[in-house]
Amino acid sequence: MNARLLPLLGFAAILALLGFGIWWNQHHDPRAVPSPLIGKPAPTFSLPVLSDPSRVFGSEDLAGKPYLLNVFASWCFACRDEHPLLMREGKRLGVPLVGFNYKDEPGDAREWLSRYGDPYHVVIADFPGDVAIDFGVTGAPETFLVDAKGVIRWKYISPITPEVLTGELLPRIAALQTEAP
Amino acid sequence: MKPLRSIALISILLAAFAAGPARAGVDPLPFANRDEEVRFQNLTRQLRCLVCQNESLNDSSAPLAADLRRDVFEQMRDGRSDEEIKDWLTARYGDFVLYDPPLRGGTWLLWFGPLALLGIGAIAVAVTVRRRSRIANAASATCAPPDSGDDW
Repeated sequence: MNARLLPLLGFAAILALLGFGIWWNQHHDPRAVPSPLIGKPAPTFSLPVLSDPSRVFGSEDLAGKPYLLNVFASWCFACRDEHPLLMREGKRLGVPLVGFNYKDEPGDAREWLSRYGDPYHVVIADFPGDVAIDFGVTGAPETFLVDAKGVIRWKYISPITPEVLTGELLPRIAALQTEAP
Repeated sequence: MKPLRSIALISILLAAFAAGPARAGVDPLPFANRDEEVRFQNLTRQLRCLVCQNESLNDSSAPLAADLRRDVFEQMRDGRSDEEIKDWLTARYGDFVLYDPPLRGGTWLLWFGPLALLGIGAIAVAVTVRRRSRIANAASATCAPPDSGDDW
């Protein structure tokens, strides 16, 4: 091989590496924190219900059936973007949609839901944020799909888009329903 | 006038440094003694805030960071070791929460990649130097005209 070509090849290799770097950064979110909890049992929890704080609702009430846990808050702008989709599709997901109100003033959260609509089966409020830490929540919105055995099967950070809904979430829900007894 | 103004400027700058971002949102925790505080500071500096990902848990003013600092503090009080606290956090947030990633299957490239690149570079340099000195020796032996410098 001609030795004069070597620098050119080296340059091409560096170019390819840089190109891959650019491509990679456009096709994955470098800020996304991969959850170690996928495939693990969801934490047990018991939290006050937003609409009636004297009532508690928790993992025991949800045991035995798959559910979708959606972390939201009235202070979260991205949750506003996600909200219309939940309003449209929330009732026909095939699994109950549980709202997880994260570090929010209950009054603000109730007002937010009455203004924009309440797509949730039930909304639980985690004002201190302790259960959220057990779930590895880093912010809102985040969404967890939990199966009938209480195992976290899927987690999505950032608003669910129609593409994510049809491409990822609905197939996973369908798969859960076929494997359920 | 001039010195007065510069003194004013300097004091403003000093005030900005002293009061500025240094301890912006960091809540006071009831440390029992200096050792406990030092241990806490050391530990939280090795942990990454999940919200402002370029900040350590020690620096961040994000609400989640405050919650996690409180949890770390409470666990220290419960007599848990630094390793146990780190395990507790990685169980929830993965290796991402550690600034110092552990050596395991998925991270060997991260740990040894730079060393491998250095090795490749050293081999390339050695080969080039060898070849050039051989060419130079051959050239001096045959009394050829000196290299025109065309070659790279």
